[in-house]
Amino acid sequence: MFKHLAASIRGIGHRTIEGIWQLGHATRFFLLVLLKSGTSFRRFGLVIRELYYVGVLSLIIIVVSGLFVGMVLGLQGYETLQKYGSESAVGTLVALSLVRELGPVVAALLFASRAGSAITAEIGLMKATEQLAAMGMMAVDPVARVVAPRFWAGVISMPFLAAIFSVMGVFGGYLVTVTFIGVDAGSFWSQMQSNVDFRIDILNGFIKSCFFGVAVTAIAVFEGYDSPPTAEGVSGATTRTVVTSSLAILGLDFILTAFMFRGL
Amino acid sequence: MTPEVLVEISDLNFSYNSRPILKGINMTMKRGQVIAIMGGSGSGKTTLLRLIGGEVVPSSGYVKVSGQVVHELERDALFEIRRKMGMLFQFGALFTDLSVFDNVAFQMREHTDLPESMIRDLVLMKLHAVGLRGAHHLMPAELSGGMARRVALARSIALDPMLIMYDEPFTGLDPISLGVIGSLIRRMTDTLGMTSVIVTHDVQESLKIVDYVYFIADGVIAAHGTPAEVRDSVTPFVHQFVHGEVDGPVPFHYPAQSYRRDLNLEKALV
Repeated sequence: MFKHLAASIRGIGHRTIEGIWQLGHATRFFLLVLLKSGTSFRRFGLVIRELYYVGVLSLIIIVVSGLFVGMVLGLQGYETLQKYGSESAVGTLVALSLVRELGPVVAALLFASRAGSAITAEIGLMKATEQLAAMGMMAVDPVARVVAPRFWAGVISMPFLAAIFSVMGVFGGYLVTVTFIGVDAGSFWSQMQSNVDFRIDILNGFIKSCFFGVAVTAIAVFEGYDSPPTAEGVSGATTRTVVTSSLAILGLDFILTAFMFRGL
Repeated sequence: MTPEVLVEISDLNFSYNSRPILKGINMTMKRGQVIAIMGGSGSGKTTLLRLIGGEVVPSSGYVKVSGQVVHELERDALFEIRRKMGMLFQFGALFTDLSVFDNVAFQMREHTDLPESMIRDLVLMKLHAVGLRGAHHLMPAELSGGMARRVALARSIALDPMLIMYDEPFTGLDPISLGVIGSLIRRMTDTLGMTSVIVTHDVQESLKIVDYVYFIADGVIAAHGTPAEVRDSVTPFVHQFVHGEVDGPVPFHYPAQSYRRDLNLEKALV
């Protein structure tokens, strides 16, 4: 009994120390990526190429999801607001929910699943098939040539994807409430315009999406670069990217929301 | 170190997680030579290549390439010397997102300011040398194993290196591709005047093309000599390796307790 207890405590301690080491390792890697980002900016074509794979190819899932989330918000919002005779405020509800929270958060979660996992798998497979080692032997730094362009492509894409998600969501809400249900279009837009503040709502949402972009892409490139060079290692790293990114997004969202909207 | 010696390895020791991999290795590799490093799996052959390339640092001893101690070089100096080295990985390690042409052009674009028209001509010349000029537009996924290795060979000679290292270049190839890769290695070495170091298991193919052979077993050099000396060697390890004998100094059975005891026969007989 005592032996089992001691073993469990030892296990917890071991895992904690391991976790702290890993966190330190990841932080050092993140700083290394920043330090070696010069190539990405000198040869911006490398980032543009990755922007296509990371950003443009994520558009479909972002546009479709944004549309449906907006439609659901419109429906749910209308159902609740009409009980109080405030159905004209549905535009405000849809817009604020999307711009402040759902746009950045859901877009980042989708981005982590679509682009984050792809980045991890690609870098992990490049490592497993010795492409990164080959690059190093050719006197080309793989962190500067492979990792940094993908990192910056992710960081640049994320705010745009979140903005597109929110725009599509508002359009979805408009489609359901104004076109199908018959809410007045004028009050839908005017209420939204008067209640959505550029600095407090839109800018803060934009800042959130920037943070999420950095977090998701940093996790994705680290997991890929750090993955064991085996099929099992790469698949495990891809799963960890999605899980860790999702938790990081939700945790960061709470912290950022607490800073941005406290007392408003 | 005489001018004709390109690589000098002196009393080299390397341990991984306090497990000794290489113990007191001494080698010299001259310019224009093709040298084979042979030995069983896990004997430290590939580690030796990684030490020459400066990917890992020795526990003691040194590797000198062109008179410079590799592990003492700063990052920029190491990258500078690596530009004069080529490495052919076991399965080619071609960049899968780049075409054959772009793979071969990779180093030229990264390290030189050559105009694109000149890069095009150089790439086609390198691909012509390995017989794949017509495949320049293909992607790595469209190549066979032998073709991928030939493209990797063209890529590794892109900047006319002084040293090329080959990690198991013959593994998994059909007899024709095997012969093609072997003759290409010999021809490139002679034409470009470089040094080739081949880590391989393929005794018969490599003995046809190499100038000198080192056998590594249990982290030490078990034997060395010219191909003729190796073929006629009576050293038990070399004899077993060259003739592919099942049992010998390298035993067939993994160490275990008595077979009779494992089958519980000893008790029954008593």
